[in-house]
Amino acid sequence: MKAKEQYCAFRTIVDKEVIRILRIWMQTLLPSAITMTLYFLIFGKFIGSQVRDINGFSYMEFIVPGIIMLSVITNSFMNVVSSFFSTKFMRSVEEILVSPTPNWIILIGYAAGGIFRGLLVGLIVLLVSLFFTHINIYNFGIIIIFILLTSIVFSLGGLLNAIFAKRFDDISIIPTFVLMPLTYLGGVFYSISVLPAFWQGISLLNPILYMVNGFRYGFLGISDINIWIGFGMLVIFAAILFYINLHLMKKGTGLKT
Amino acid sequence: MSETALSIKNLKKTYKGKVEALKGIDLEVKKGDFFALLGPNGAGKTTAINIIISLTNKTSGQVKVFNYDIDKELGKAKTCIGVVPQEFNFNIFEKVFDIVVHQAGYYGIGKKTASKRAEKYLKQLDLWEKRNATAQALSGGLKRRLMIVRALIHEPELLILDEPTAGVDIEIRRSMWKFISDLNTKGRTIILTTHYLEEAENLCRNIAIIDKGKIIENTSMKNLLSRMDKDTFIFDITTPIKKVPQLKDHKINILDPTTIEIEILKKQNLNRLFEHFKKNNIEILNMRRKTARLEELFMGLVNKK
Repeated sequence: MKAKEQYCAFRTIVDKEVIRILRIWMQTLLPSAITMTLYFLIFGKFIGSQVRDINGFSYMEFIVPGIIMLSVITNSFMNVVSSFFSTKFMRSVEEILVSPTPNWIILIGYAAGGIFRGLLVGLIVLLVSLFFTHINIYNFGIIIIFILLTSIVFSLGGLLNAIFAKRFDDISIIPTFVLMPLTYLGGVFYSISVLPAFWQGISLLNPILYMVNGFRYGFLGISDINIWIGFGMLVIFAAILFYINLHLMKKGTGLKT
Repeated sequence: MSETALSIKNLKKTYKGKVEALKGIDLEVKKGDFFALLGPNGAGKTTAINIIISLTNKTSGQVKVFNYDIDKELGKAKTCIGVVPQEFNFNIFEKVFDIVVHQAGYYGIGKKTASKRAEKYLKQLDLWEKRNATAQALSGGLKRRLMIVRALIHEPELLILDEPTAGVDIEIRRSMWKFISDLNTKGRTIILTTHYLEEAENLCRNIAIIDKGKIIENTSMKNLLSRMDKDTFIFDITTPIKKVPQLKDHKINILDPTTIEIEILKKQNLNRLFEHFKKNNIEILNMRRKTARLEELFMGLVNKK
């Protein structure tokens, strides 16, 4: 395939994904907006008003970046895992597999769909947060780098999950039992500095802590960790997941017999 | 472009659990041919097709499509093939027009060209009126036709049809036969698998029969049919009868009071038979060949092996 044809195939996958996301907005966009509004209301407003400032910022200001990141992680992952698994389930994935579209185009096409949904939901949650607090911007470049890299990593993670999934149950195991606990324990609602030393050490093993803190640094200029370690981890995770997915697709794991 | 549309050499496939689906098959399909690949259920037809279109990984062997080796030039080989699979494999929530145009996109065909082609083929297969309907709203026959349109959207040289008329009523089946025949007449190579042997007999010029992962017959349809040493004819008669007097060397059955079936060996002449009818005051209204010749040969070959 020539470069122009490859771009056409890529656009086809992305357009399909974007149309799907917007068509079923009540499933893809609305739930996060409602859930996160409740988080702002309950944790930020009701409980947060009883919590003292963290590094000079109100509790509401502190949790906004984490809650945005929580929605980006969940939506990027869920978009790719559900969309790609559905094509496997309906066998419409065969439409692409019999075509000359290279595997890497399929991979980045579906990842782009996940990134689009992740960023769109992130933007919606950011807009919702404006009803509750004002937004500080410490470093816009860092915000963009962290949100983009995080959505890339979790879109690729969703694809990996979808490749191995055989039943619909399989696409909810990772989000429920891995992603959700790691995200909640990843410093979305608290700074790890309030934890005992032992749990601080344990928390440092959680990669989502680095993503949340890097992103928060872009807004508030404060972080529990060195954000460059977070940046490095994201780049490495993205590269590893890209390679693993590409290798599995080439082998035909979960796609071919 | 190569004169050989498809070349398969010593193709083997062993699934996990050591199930040998293909035990080293060789096959060659010439450009412009209308080729039947027949075999009982589980014989290995779909496995062979899925290897050609790269939905199944082969264990060993070589597959070339218009001289493009699928191990070395898979992209180019795929561009030459259009496939109509046995099972429906589209997103049932997508609109008919979108399914076809998106498929073109996967082949690098821009929306403008794709839309024009989609209109052309959807009209040819009487699907244009349904272009804005979702695939789930189509009947079984229309879904089959949609898969044909989708397979043609990148205008492939080789069209592989895996039981394209399964579960389709006779009217739609006949219109599909005509459409496929016209495609072949215009130069497109077609490989057909079907359980309707009458379909293969009427449409295909060459044939391979696969059974238990091996090719047990590979010849021209004419040559295969010429091996039949007998034919069965159906006679419609004017006056109803209850019993027909038997004639030596012929097997005569009454199907109903005005229809009789007679087995005639190729070496036997028909005059004797007509004289026999005349002598017994049986008046023949019409006579036709029973169209199940290939079926009989097929059963003979498969059972023999």
